[in-house]
Amino acid sequence: MLRIQYAYWLIAAFLFYVAWRNLRAGQGWRAAFWLLLGLLFGGGDYVLAQQAAGHTLPAQVAGAVVIALAALAPRLRRHPHGEEGDAAQRLQSAIRLGHRLFVPALLIPLVTLLVALFGAHLSIAGHALFAAPQMTLTGLALACVVALLAAAWVARAPVHRGLAQGQRLLDAIGWAALLPLLLAALGEVFTQSGVGAAIAAIAGHLLPEGSAFACLLVFALGMVLFTVIMGNAFAAFPVMMAGIGLPLLVGQYGAHPAILGSMGMLCGYCGTLVTPMAADYNLVPAALLELRDPYGVIRAQWWSAVAIFLATFVMMWLLVFR
Amino acid sequence: MNYWPLLGVAVIVVGFALRLNAVPVVVGAALASGLLAGMTVPDLLALLGKSFVSARMLLLFVLTLPAIGLLEHAGLREHAQRWMARLRGMTLARLLIGYLLVRELLAMLGLTGVAGAPQTVRPLLAPMGEAAVEKILPTLDDADRDELRAVAVATDNVGRFFGEDVFIALGAVLLIQGFYAQHGIELTPLSIALWALPTAIAAFAIQSARIWLYQRRLQRRALRLRDGGAG
Repeated sequence: MLRIQYAYWLIAAFLFYVAWRNLRAGQGWRAAFWLLLGLLFGGGDYVLAQQAAGHTLPAQVAGAVVIALAALAPRLRRHPHGEEGDAAQRLQSAIRLGHRLFVPALLIPLVTLLVALFGAHLSIAGHALFAAPQMTLTGLALACVVALLAAAWVARAPVHRGLAQGQRLLDAIGWAALLPLLLAALGEVFTQSGVGAAIAAIAGHLLPEGSAFACLLVFALGMVLFTVIMGNAFAAFPVMMAGIGLPLLVGQYGAHPAILGSMGMLCGYCGTLVTPMAADYNLVPAALLELRDPYGVIRAQWWSAVAIFLATFVMMWLLVFR
Repeated sequence: MNYWPLLGVAVIVVGFALRLNAVPVVVGAALASGLLAGMTVPDLLALLGKSFVSARMLLLFVLTLPAIGLLEHAGLREHAQRWMARLRGMTLARLLIGYLLVRELLAMLGLTGVAGAPQTVRPLLAPMGEAAVEKILPTLDDADRDELRAVAVATDNVGRFFGEDVFIALGAVLLIQGFYAQHGIELTPLSIALWALPTAIAAFAIQSARIWLYQRRLQRRALRLRDGGAG
């Protein structure tokens, strides 16, 4: 049965390979960084299993490794890397291979789609082929392996050249790849240390009395602000709802709960578009596309976020107090 | 109420504002918040380690890199550009708005993982978009290229975000339903998802309008350059 854990082991193996290649190239710090990250990926399930069984030592070691990664990150200078091979050779290859080049690239979304749609029905000798949790992501991992093999076949190149090219891309992204995971961990620490409750208390002090409109505005802006801080509307929602949405807007002013919940969440999504804390949508793609400004994606999204927020807020105001 | 953990937020704001390396800033903010909330060091380390490994799925995009890298080495981006340049009637706005529509519809069906910056934007949408920009403005410099790539990522993000809330079995809708259920208000997922539809339509209209304006800005610049060149 294919489980998401196999994908994590695959990532760990790739990270070890990247570390080894960096070590051979004399990039010691870089090698240590990817090696430690690989260890966290390979050992992650053990850490979680031990934690569930009440043993916290492996989790503490993992936490110490995270701090070590933070210490190593500034030593990874992002080097502007020239594309490997010359442009003329790539163009020649492009002319020779033509549309065949699209096939492996499209296999990634296609195989993922097929697993997401039909994975639940596939079984071999009575055993389900895909484990139910995270089936789409397991499908994505499988799709990547299929696409790599297909790409090697189409380009008549050995698979290890693909791994080497993958290492080039990963080194170009560098420490930015780590940010989404770190920010998820930060969100957890913020929640546990009561940052959310403190912000909700401050918002409560600022709240004007007796105006449903002002209350709705504070709620919507609070969703945006909190999402900007946490990088995630899901973390903002329970806090703002418990602080303002449920007791005041639903309880006192009779707001429609489904509309308030749905559109309130979408106000938070507008915050996601403008915050570096949502690194997996804003900073990692900027690094992946080799933008010189790490905030270039946020700049491109800024006015969309403002306009969508205004549209959503006006619609919410008109609909929610019916 | 203990307001001291808010200093962790201040660490983030100052760190990002000074453009320090983000990794130590984020870890520093977590340590500051946790310690100021009175957590012990072993507890804080365990929380940090556990939350980090629980979020491993966020690095899954790394697995796309070998296949994409190999295809780029074999000329995928060059081919996408050449193909785009040959397609008549395929303008920059049509390409990006078409992508936005497909991305948003797929997200509405819960298929958020099939597209994204590593899977579709870097290997396909960005090079095709660059070729479309070159049709308008042949003198494309690095800043223009960066802007096009940023617009392509933004289009991908907007399509994904405002489509996924319409899907009933995905995180957001279930989170909203679960929250209300805990507080004694029973709602069906469909009633919540339905109210995400107006924003989904508004987001599509707004992003499409911005793409169209972006194209018009490029066209006007090309016009000015041509006039300047003639005069």
